[in-house]
Parts: sequence; structure tokens; C-alpha cells
Amino acid sequence: MLRYNEYPPKGYRVRVSTYWWIGRWAYLKFILRELSSVFVAWFVLETLLQIHALIGGPAAYADFQAFLRHPVAIASNVISLFFVLFHAVTWFNLAPKAMAIRLGGKRLPSLAIAGPNYIAWALASIVVAWLILRG
Amino acid sequence: MAKRSNEPFLWLLCSACGVVAALLIPIHLFLFGLAFPLGWLRAPSYDQALALARSTLGRVYLLVFCILPLFHWAHRFRYTLYDGLQIKHLNELVNTLCYGAATVGTIAAAYLIWRIP
Repeated sequence: MLRYNEYPPKGYRVRVSTYWWIGRWAYLKFILRELSSVFVAWFVLETLLQIHALIGGPAAYADFQAFLRHPVAIASNVISLFFVLFHAVTWFNLAPKAMAIRLGGKRLPSLAIAGPNYIAWALASIVVAWLILRG
Repeated sequence: MAKRSNEPFLWLLCSACGVVAALLIPIHLFLFGLAFPLGWLRAPSYDQALALARSTLGRVYLLVFCILPLFHWAHRFRYTLYDGLQIKHLNELVNTLCYGAATVGTIAAAYLIWRIP
């Protein structure tokens, strides 16, 4: 198992380039997946600003909606959505690897574990959208 | 015997945070970040948005929605710097900044959500 050893044993160690993750798709994907967390944090910040505008009253709220219509805000949200979806998909696909459930001596197929995650995702999205859109 | 680390607990926390981020953020981002600003769907009015946010359930939901993904960010970003850019000599500083920022965000979120009229 991978261990994070802060003080590795002394000896000959090959120096790994800082840019080791460039040049192979699997490594780049790993770094992109880790970086998706930045966009997750960015959207939480956006939500906090929206709550702040909500506290400020109807005029402040309208101003914030106008800010969200700005091309820069739209562009940043398109990029964020791509990364957040990337996080969600890689996260659900990771579940079968993290939980190796055995039934009757056989390992449960990946789909049996990832599937319910996708169903939960769909249900959560529908419920949230319904609550917000029903008016 | 090796010293037991509290790492598994942190990872458990990290996975709960990651689940919330994966389940809830995409739909919120799609609605508030794209569908409403671009006019694809009718956005809730100020009063409707306030009514949703101010209910007890709404406040608890917003609290979970903001706090858990912040710690998900802190945990992941910390390892992005550790593995990706190999900033290992500044480990203490990176940890303090990441979890510190998430804690500040938590306090800000709690304060704002408490202040919703």
C-alpha cells in the first residue's frame, strides 16, 4: 500500500521531475482529478457569495445574478462544471475499487457497486432541481 | 509496533466530503452557474430563493453543502501539492494553509447561513 513517508530512509533515490505528470495521460488524469477540488472550492465560494447577496436584499441579489451573466463568470462556470463532473464520475468509478465486497466467495462486479452510486446521483440531482424549480 | 496514525480517520472524512461534492455540486453548478444566467430555465425569484434558504432544512442543507466540499478541497489540494508539485519540505505550512482555509470557510459559511433573515 502506498504510504506517505515524510522522512524516507536515506540512500540512493532517483530525483523525480516536478513535471512527472505531464506526458502520460494516466498521470495527467490523476493530477486533473486532484485539481478538480479547486473548482469544487470555487463553487462553494460562489454559493457563499450568493447567500451573502440573499442577505443583502433583492437589489444585492439582482446584482449578483447580473454578475453571474457576465461572460467571464459563464466561462469559469463552464470550466468548473467540466471539472466537477470529472470529479463525480471518477469518484463513483473509484467506489468499486475501494470497496471490494465479496458475496459467496465471489467478488461483486464493479457495476453492482458503481451503479447504485450513479442512481443516487441521479435521484439527488432530480430532487434538488425539483425543489429549486417548482417555484 | 508502528505508531498508529489518524490518517484512516481523515480519509474516511475525506470520502464523505467527496461524496457530497460529487452528488450535489454538479446540479447546483448547472442550475445557478449556467441554466439560470443563460435563461435556459426560469430562475427562482428573490422571495422563492429566500424561502428555500431560510427554512431549517434549507439551512442545514446549505451548511453541509458548503462545509464538507471545503474539507474535500483541503484534503485533495494538500496532496496535489505533495504528490504533484512535490512540495514536501513545506508540508506543515501546506497543511496549515489548506485545513486553515477550510476552517475559515466553515466559519464564514456558518455565520452567513445563520444571518439569512
